[in-house]
Amino acid sequence: MARNTLSSRFRRVDIDEFDENKFVDEQEEAAAAAAEPGPDPGEVDGLLRQGDMLRAFHAALRNSPVNTKNQAVKERAQGVVLKVLTNFKSSEIEQAVQSLDRNGIDLLMKYIYKGFEKPTENSSAVLLQWHEKALAVGGLGSIIRVLTARKTV
Amino acid sequence: ENFPRKERSHPGGSATTFEPARTQDPPRPHPRRPPGRAPKRGACADRRAAALRRRRGHFRDLSAAPSGPRSSARARRSLFASTDQSPRILRSEPVRTAPIPEIALSPNNHEVHIYKKNGSQWVKAHELKEHNGHITGIDWAPKSDRIVTCGADRNAYVWSQKDGVWKPTLVILRINRAATFVKWSPLENKFAVGSGARLISVCYFESENDWWVCKHIKKPIRSTVLSLDWHPNNVLLAAGSCDFKCRIFSAYIKEVEERPAPTPWGSKMPFGELMFESSSSCGWVHGVCFSASGSRVAWVSHDSTMCLADADKKMAVATLASETLPLLALTFITENSLVAAGHDCFPVLFTYDSTTGTLSSGGRLDVPKQSSQRGLTARERFQNLDKKASSEGSMASGSGLDSLHKNSVSQISVLSGGKAECSQFCTTGMDGGMSIWDVKSLESALKDLKIK
Repeated sequence: MARNTLSSRFRRVDIDEFDENKFVDEQEEAAAAAAEPGPDPGEVDGLLRQGDMLRAFHAALRNSPVNTKNQAVKERAQGVVLKVLTNFKSSEIEQAVQSLDRNGIDLLMKYIYKGFEKPTENSSAVLLQWHEKALAVGGLGSIIRVLTARKTV
Repeated sequence: ENFPRKERSHPGGSATTFEPARTQDPPRPHPRRPPGRAPKRGACADRRAAALRRRRGHFRDLSAAPSGPRSSARARRSLFASTDQSPRILRSEPVRTAPIPEIALSPNNHEVHIYKKNGSQWVKAHELKEHNGHITGIDWAPKSDRIVTCGADRNAYVWSQKDGVWKPTLVILRINRAATFVKWSPLENKFAVGSGARLISVCYFESENDWWVCKHIKKPIRSTVLSLDWHPNNVLLAAGSCDFKCRIFSAYIKEVEERPAPTPWGSKMPFGELMFESSSSCGWVHGVCFSASGSRVAWVSHDSTMCLADADKKMAVATLASETLPLLALTFITENSLVAAGHDCFPVLFTYDSTTGTLSSGGRLDVPKQSSQRGLTARERFQNLDKKASSEGSMASGSGLDSLHKNSVSQISVLSGGKAECSQFCTTGMDGGMSIWDVKSLESALKDLKIK
């Protein structure tokens, strides 16, 4: 502790915050305020009820919250996507994955890994099936892009 | 999210283990004697590319270690794993100067070794010892026959040969972090050094004081500079760095050259001017390369993408996201084709179509020989289950990779033909091997290969 004041409070200071050479990530807050990012849960629910899995899938992957820092929005989006993924029949997963383009596969991988972070009862098994199919199309590169992406879903 | 500056040093005992692809143990080379011809691998015999296999560095004999029988693959793997002089060539510079081809390389330590080709053998001719830290960059200027080296000791030395002896000249770079990369300019009157101090030192020779002086390019680089490449006009410099961007700067030094003519990248080029900056949807930029004409610049980054910016199309950027592991090095071999290699250990061809503005992958250049699948013994099956969680046999016994290089490829250089019509290029890797690839034989051997 400091000699004169006999206090150790200075040890709580995060010195890296005051480093003037610190790397400040410039990320544009792209029009996040304009449209509420994240898939529309109502629309996705409707499509799920109708049984139109493929369209629900695409709707869930649309408008992803990659550009915001709002955690609540991201959680909500994750919930919607997870619901769609669990409702898929195993045989239809491959077809859904094939219908995605390169960016879509990367986005799907991001959601899958985010889903792995907080496993629930059945989610990991389902996500592993999706992971296998997405890996076949996207390859290791898609996983690398999940790991190196600075805009997380 | 805090992204720390990337350190270029490779600590000993890092996880880049690899297995030698031969079935019997290689003769361990005496540190003084140059390594003899490495035993041929069966899979190597009919490779189209001539492979020069070299084992550099010193092997620590771990066979006396109590960690199990010597003949097991596990002990063999640990033989190469934990020595800090393990045979990785981090930087090498092949130079074909007639009549004798020579190579300068650094076996991941403080020295540079120069090898001369004697018939079909490579013989070590010189050892350049001056650096106090690991050598991170070597470049050999073929016309003026000078070598510049830069290292983790924050210094660079320019070596010139006098009476068969290489003499170093210190260059004060004024950096407070390690240097990471060095490259001579096309006219060899200056060179650029990238460093972890987030700046590029452009050094030129001041004849009145008879020493090398440097100027810094600082803004707006925000992290370690990983790689550099010069434009053919000797003024523009492309830099890839850890702040996820590839930039083109002007490195115009009025003391050594005239004002450059306008280029598609811009016409006003004072020193340090930023001519182009890529948008930040990348990872760390590991390698950059200008095309032979200088109107295109391509870079590879850690998020497994390759990008190309075309100045003739108002600097439009074409991106290709690949399914492979990240690429580390690239070079143009024609105006439209590139070869890149990286953590996947084999070179891949890429083609740029300027009419559509797209990059596409042309395929793997290292086609492995299909080895016959022999039956597996029960013991091997269980060993595979242990090691790889699968009971199928691997392609070549003892090695997990079917590519020529057994570890990441860290550098690709054009050997002959220049970047416009490359006829031979060379890849060096973390496995200590250097391979020379012949473009013509690749074209004829891989039928679907189209090099435009």
